[in-house]
Amino acid sequence: MTEKIIFALESVYREPLEIKAFCFGDTSKKTICIMGAMRGNEVQQMYVCARLVQELKILEINGHIAKNTGIMVIPCANYHSMNIGKRFWAMDNTDINRMFPGYNLGETTQRIADGIFTEIQGFEYGIQLASFYQPGRFLTHVKQMVTEFTTDDGLAYFGLPYALKRSPKPYDTTTLNYNWQLWNTKAYSLFTHSTDDMKEDSAENALNVIMRFMKKREIINYPIHAGYVTSIINESDMLQIHSPCGGICRIKTKIGDVVERGQIIAEILNPLTCEIFAEIEVPEKATVFFHFESPLIVEGTVIFKLVKNNDF
Amino acid sequence: MIKTVSQINLAVNEKLKIQKNSIKNGTSKKRICIVTGTHGDELEGQYICYVLGKYLKENISRLNGTIDVYPALNPLGIDSIMRGIPGYDLDMNRTFPGIESGTMPEMIAYEILEDMKGADICIDIHASNIFLREIPQIRMSIPTSEVLLPYAKMLNVDFVWVHASATVLESTLAHSLNSTGTKTLVVEMGVGMRITKEYCKQLVDGIINLLVNLEMLTDVEVGEIREPVVSLDGAVGFVNSPAAGIFVPDTEFGSIVSEGDIIGRIVNPLTGEIVENAVASCSGLLFTLREYPVVYGGSLIARILRQEDKKND
Ligand SMILES: [Zn+2]
Repeated sequence: MTEKIIFALESVYREPLEIKAFCFGDTSKKTICIMGAMRGNEVQQMYVCARLVQELKILEINGHIAKNTGIMVIPCANYHSMNIGKRFWAMDNTDINRMFPGYNLGETTQRIADGIFTEIQGFEYGIQLASFYQPGRFLTHVKQMVTEFTTDDGLAYFGLPYALKRSPKPYDTTTLNYNWQLWNTKAYSLFTHSTDDMKEDSAENALNVIMRFMKKREIINYPIHAGYVTSIINESDMLQIHSPCGGICRIKTKIGDVVERGQIIAEILNPLTCEIFAEIEVPEKATVFFHFESPLIVEGTVIFKLVKNNDF
Repeated sequence: MIKTVSQINLAVNEKLKIQKNSIKNGTSKKRICIVTGTHGDELEGQYICYVLGKYLKENISRLNGTIDVYPALNPLGIDSIMRGIPGYDLDMNRTFPGIESGTMPEMIAYEILEDMKGADICIDIHASNIFLREIPQIRMSIPTSEVLLPYAKMLNVDFVWVHASATVLESTLAHSLNSTGTKTLVVEMGVGMRITKEYCKQLVDGIINLLVNLEMLTDVEVGEIREPVVSLDGAVGFVNSPAAGIFVPDTEFGSIVSEGDIIGRIVNPLTGEIVENAVASCSGLLFTLREYPVVYGGSLIARILRQEDKKND
């Protein structure tokens, strides 16, 4: 393993932000790059990468990394925000993951994005550990942005029950995933159950998923469970349920549950009297893929994403 | 008349309402929208809406048509000094055209856009941010410039910046309106969290001039209207901070600088030393200047509208 600082930024009163990368295998080869936290609340994403570093160290010592392959892991690109409990760049509230491909003469987060991208472009595969903008729980899944440059259909190699394809919106064009693809990297975003809190089991699962992908792509040779047969779904085909009102949100199911048509899976309560404002009913048999998780909910918020169980 | 354009239930006992004042007189079907407060930390537009509303009330008999004034597209942001939409960490000006039955920001964006669509002209007023001060200017993309430029020249601004279009900007209010054929001009002026009265009055004069030109106001006095400098991207020089520290300006905002002039110093209060000087990258008009002193390497210090160096002539 070699450790290097891929980008450093001075601050007037804080120690410089030093973005560290951990490299394994043949460091002259750009085979796969795994990017962890770019936002200050992505603790889980950082932790998954840290565990990966720990595992790859052992694999490398035991000769399990394939010849002529190079692996780079960047656990955390934004600990300056993490250390002070902010999600975005603390001074101007900008999001590094909305600044790619970056600009070396631009604003601070454009420079950070440029510093990162200069190092991580040109890899054959790129996996970003991503997070959703709202509090909630997801089934662990991998997502690929389908652009005119998408050349690869490696989604099934992660061995997860579900993989999503997404058509990019204008605001997606400045993300790492989109720009990786623009520069010919086969890019994937991996979403685990949660973001701010660390969950060991979910992290272990994510770690296995990444290791499995590397095994199937012959980057590492190490016995690992083959995983699931993946259902690949277009994001737009999922059932998305919005909260019909605001109030206290009481979820009555959990992710992965198969729910029946007509089943009540959440209640929205009057926060001052506990009277039921609304019940969320399942429109058709489906699997719970995402549910909102916070005591209070605003009207219109995505409360569930369900995968239709067409096959049954 | 005050109308509610969009409303949504928040979690506890409160509705979020987006409101407009629809000021109407006469028989003309012409309609102008004045819109601001998309970014909760930009307040220059607040004073403009007030001054314009007061003026129109006093001159209502001279008005022929409708002026819709939307002072706060992001009321929660204005109320809580947040640029984005509180609770969503989302720039509202990246949510257009919105979705009819989407999330709170998407639904609001959709309803606002539907309400504004079809107006003859929309003026979307922004106030830079808390970091930078700007002279009154209008920004437009190259493809829209042919249609918009004649109106921009009526608005009494100092400068029109015609910039290249970027995909990410397709989610702005102005792009969404312009692409549906509703002519929309974006004004940037002043600084975040403050009101610069003279700039506000300058733009109000421009809006009155526009209304006179569109024959929506008659029998009113219009002062002298400035001829703006119209410029493409290439004519704008950037000065970014060469180091982290505290920026102290040494040049008047709005002045003419020569290439190599020291615009300000980046100092270190701990050591009492100058870390670096921030130097003009070209000669011209200093139309953007940093207001907020704390900088990182890369923080924008100034923008200069390139001009022939007249100082040495
Ligand atoms: Zn703005």
